[in-house]
Amino acid sequence: MRTWVPRGARLAAGVMMVALAVSACEREQRRFRETPPSATPGGEVETSGGFVPGPPLPDVKAVTPYLDNAYAVSEGKSLYLQMNCVGCHFHGGGGIGPPLMDDRWIYGSQPENIYQSIEEGRPNGMPAWGSRLSSDQMWKLTAYVMSMSGQVKKDVAPGRDDHMQGKKQEQSTEVRPPRNYGGQPPSTVFP
Amino acid sequence: MRRALLPAAALVALAACQGPQSALDPAGPQALHLFNLGAFLWITASVVFVLVMAALALALTHARRRAAPDVSEAGEGRARRIVTGAVGVTLAILLVFLVVSYLTGRAYAVTPEGGRPLQVSVVGHQWWWEVVYSDSVQSRSLSTANEIHVPVGRTVILKMTSHDVIHSFWVPNLAGKKDLIPGYSTTTWFRADHPGVYRGVCAEFCGYQHALMGLLVIAEPPAQFARWYDAQLADAMPPTDTVASTGKNVFMGAHGCVLCHTVRGTDAGGRVGPDLTHLASRHTLAAATIPNTRGWLGGWVMDPQGIKPGAHMPPNDMRPDELQALLTYLQSLR
Repeated sequence: MRTWVPRGARLAAGVMMVALAVSACEREQRRFRETPPSATPGGEVETSGGFVPGPPLPDVKAVTPYLDNAYAVSEGKSLYLQMNCVGCHFHGGGGIGPPLMDDRWIYGSQPENIYQSIEEGRPNGMPAWGSRLSSDQMWKLTAYVMSMSGQVKKDVAPGRDDHMQGKKQEQSTEVRPPRNYGGQPPSTVFP
Repeated sequence: MRRALLPAAALVALAACQGPQSALDPAGPQALHLFNLGAFLWITASVVFVLVMAALALALTHARRRAAPDVSEAGEGRARRIVTGAVGVTLAILLVFLVVSYLTGRAYAVTPEGGRPLQVSVVGHQWWWEVVYSDSVQSRSLSTANEIHVPVGRTVILKMTSHDVIHSFWVPNLAGKKDLIPGYSTTTWFRADHPGVYRGVCAEFCGYQHALMGLLVIAEPPAQFARWYDAQLADAMPPTDTVASTGKNVFMGAHGCVLCHTVRGTDAGGRVGPDLTHLASRHTLAAATIPNTRGWLGGWVMDPQGIKPGAHMPPNDMRPDELQALLTYLQSLR
């Protein structure tokens, strides 16, 4: 037996469903002229300013819209190739440089830490990009580097590509929380 | 008065067919094949349309004059013969279309043998065209962007691929479309029989700035082409005055231009964006989007996202003196 539904209610339900479907069209906004986080007052990223890693940075999420933005992450992915990050880190697996897709972080797993590593460089070969890339580009790179270890939402992470990647976003079965490497890595111990 | 308007309107419409980006103004054999096929189909279809409309008008006026519809045996037979005849003519015309378009496709697909074709590689990028002239002598190879110079009357063989997504190369005055596919090489050819500047576009949706991904094909007499080629082979001229040399320092310095751009003869060797060795010799900027003038160049360097949102060139926050010096340097790259 069918329940009688007033015509008005059916119409309203129909309109709502269409509205829902239409709202799905705009997945996210692409902001091409984003004010990068470090350029906004108060959002300044603290950097240690020396070659020694220094104490870990305060555990605050940088005010960054990039981590939730698939477009920014995929732009970061292009930059990762274009700036030849693959030359040392390969497609996340590491080789000359440390791997980026695991849960071990020498200099911290927070976006600020990664941003700082890109901006200032690190001992034993990581160049400083701060004088060459805009902070906007470095935040995009940061977002992509975080996506490699599953630290961004799955609908934001870029899809699989043809390169060899150990654990692809869409295939990962568990999310391991990042842990910081205990103690100082040997490379930074000065005689 | 009204009678005079019609031919005038027709003339205006025909004049619109001419131009630097029109398949109705063929400048080479490939485009001519396509134009002839199109014209044949269009004229035949027009004749058929006029005949059908005339038959319809005739039938309508004829029926009005008659008192009762003709339902006799003879009338039925006549109608059957007319319908059968019309279907037969339609089938014959479609068959002719089939044969003619097949023959056009055959003729179009043949790359001319012999001669000394010019080999040019085209790589599609979001959203610009990398153009590489390869020569068996490595030092005679060169790379430029968004502009293909070709000698008039010489076959040009394009070997094309894409760096990111599928693009399509289309210069309507010279040839039909051909896709550029990542990880795969496609080949097409054209020949420009008349000197001129022909505009091309990307004809496969390739992202945010697909509509602003244009290029110019510049067909010039062989001697002029050879001069252009030799000029392009040369390294960038070192700056001659202090402003330009300040500008060179800006280019090589903290704004990171060198990460993406090459200027041959200097330390700048980036391979991400277009080669700028002879930037000032080009007609346009940003893939035939804006004219290559000092003002537009300045706007493009400072805020590319305002001109072409989504382009992969980042905005540059420069001091006015840095910018002016940089513009002087870039404009000295002839």
